[in-house]
Amino acid sequence: MAFVQNLNKKLKDVEISIPIVYGNVAFWLGKKASEYQSHKWTVYVRGATNEDLGVVIKRAVFQLHSSFNNPTRAVESPPFELSESGWGEFEIAITLYFHADVCDKPLNLYHHLKLYPEDESGSMSTKKPVVVESYDEIVFPEPSDSFLARVQNHPAVTLPRLPVGFTLPPPVPIEDTSKRKRGDTKDHPLAQWFMNFSEADELLQLAAARQQVQAHIAKLKRQISLIDGQQQQLRSTSDP
Amino acid sequence: MDAKDILGIPKTQLPTTQEKKSRPQKEPQRKPDGISREVYALTGGLAPLMPSIDVSQLKKRPPSDEKITWQWLPFTNSARKDNLQLYHWVRVVNGVPPTGDYSFAKYNKSVDVVKYTDEEYEKYLTDPMWTKEETDQLFELCERFDLRFIVIADRFPSSRTVEELKDRYYVSRAILIARAPSPTDVSGHPLVKDPYNVSQEVERKRALSMVLSQTKHQERKDAEVLAEAKRITDSRMASRAAEEPEMPVASHVGSESADRAVVLGDTVSPSSNIQLPSATVVPSTSIIADSASTLASLRMLRVYLRTYALEQMVQAASSSAGLRTIKRVEQALQELGVNLKPKVPTKAVCAEHLELRKEILTLLNLQKQLQYKEAEGSSYRDGSYIDMPGTPKRSQRAGDQDRTFVPESINFGGERVGKRDQKRKGPGRLSEAPSSPAHKRPRKKASDL
Repeated sequence: MAFVQNLNKKLKDVEISIPIVYGNVAFWLGKKASEYQSHKWTVYVRGATNEDLGVVIKRAVFQLHSSFNNPTRAVESPPFELSESGWGEFEIAITLYFHADVCDKPLNLYHHLKLYPEDESGSMSTKKPVVVESYDEIVFPEPSDSFLARVQNHPAVTLPRLPVGFTLPPPVPIEDTSKRKRGDTKDHPLAQWFMNFSEADELLQLAAARQQVQAHIAKLKRQISLIDGQQQQLRSTSDP
Repeated sequence: MDAKDILGIPKTQLPTTQEKKSRPQKEPQRKPDGISREVYALTGGLAPLMPSIDVSQLKKRPPSDEKITWQWLPFTNSARKDNLQLYHWVRVVNGVPPTGDYSFAKYNKSVDVVKYTDEEYEKYLTDPMWTKEETDQLFELCERFDLRFIVIADRFPSSRTVEELKDRYYVSRAILIARAPSPTDVSGHPLVKDPYNVSQEVERKRALSMVLSQTKHQERKDAEVLAEAKRITDSRMASRAAEEPEMPVASHVGSESADRAVVLGDTVSPSSNIQLPSATVVPSTSIIADSASTLASLRMLRVYLRTYALEQMVQAASSSAGLRTIKRVEQALQELGVNLKPKVPTKAVCAEHLELRKEILTLLNLQKQLQYKEAEGSSYRDGSYIDMPGTPKRSQRAGDQDRTFVPESINFGGERVGKRDQKRKGPGRLSEAPSSPAHKRPRKKASDL
């Protein structure tokens, strides 16, 4: 299996990143709950803006707790999700396999399945699920030309500003919009529970923090130079 | 006198008021009985030390039943070859002078220098570089001066180096081996066991003199070079562990400045990193080296998660910091209301987060610097270094130096800078700036005294 990427010219400093969100939604079954099947849950990997990840991901394999039948569950097409019912919380390993022109190495994510609400006093409701999601970005530091060409206009993919004078090869026309529509999670039944991740808040917070720290640093530097000056003076005037 | 207070020993009367009367009383009051305090102090000393000398024995030595006289008598020394007769004081007990040899005669030891006969010389010792005369002279000097080769070299008529002389002398080893009936007999002899290696000796002495003659400047430079080399090899090893096997480029990257876009075009030679004037520059270059190599190793991965990349970069940036420092950074982040791990780790957020962490590290370093300077400055000003741990304020500071000196002091919780000036007592003081230190500190000193 020839690794296509090697044969193509690779760009430096152009990285492709795919913002993703992965996690689970869990509903308490209420009256229908049995001892071993108290919750119905779905674990998934979705595009952060609910775009179709199938453009990049070929297959997602969810490794469940060994107490499940066939604990290794492969999902061959988007949306990459898995639903089950059970009572226990455990770590799920999610392995993402990419298309041949994207990357030949798989990537692992780890998610701790959450069924019970954070505060134990909170009553469990069949209507409102427990939702735990994590935001991350899949980074391809040296994407091949063909990969770039294929995804350059895809909404699921983030391209950095391209260096001056660099032109991407003409985009490969995206076939079959209907096919694409199915893979995205915008109209997903669970979409109402999905969390919103906005970098703006965090950026603001970080900027404010940095400002504080920088001000503090400047102050300390002034203090230090003051003391240095004082010590210089003392040294020249003190008695031996 | 204060020592006595501490020890709980009753104070004696002031010597100024009752000098003559108190002296006979002084002795029984203190521990020593019969000798002066100073003399006693030379021996075992006062409690709590265990006296090594039995005090009671010190004064009562002279046995009173014997009659001792001292006489000026002649004596001979068996160590001498002439029959010189000298005189000295002799302790005579009951009219009987002491017998026996001069007591120091036994110390007249000399080295057994190997002596060869002419025959042996012909057989084993002929050497193009040495005449028989010279060899004879050498051996004679060796015997005379007990193999003190420095002196021998000095006295030797023709100029030969110490090593040459030694070499020639130790040739007598060959004689010994030849003389011995069998090799095993003589193998225990020191001359046979450790043969003399001229070239090695010359080399060794040259190296020693080189080290001795190094100037302080040279020494410091050498130490710096070694430290830098060690750091580079350490970071190289770390990055090599993180990377895939085929990556010789990483070691070049290690010595570059870290531009986010890691351009591998130019490789700056490692030696440019080594000329570092001050200690504070060194940590940052090693951090830069680590970051650059981390970036390089990340690029080698064909795919990775942004959170993973951030973790690696954070580790690289804190590689020179200890666990305590890392905890302090995390504490600071919490105080600033920043998530230890960003909730939305986009590229921009991760970059900001990393920069923030680095800035906090810088802040902590500066605080430490300031503390040291303050401590240094204050002890200097007081004129005595003992002062530092003694006074309560100092000891608090010194204590803080050992433990965390940041805890409450960064205090980012919204307080304005001005307010902190009021809390001058306590650890908070350390990181604050009194608005005009030049005025406030000397006044503080006065209150301390």
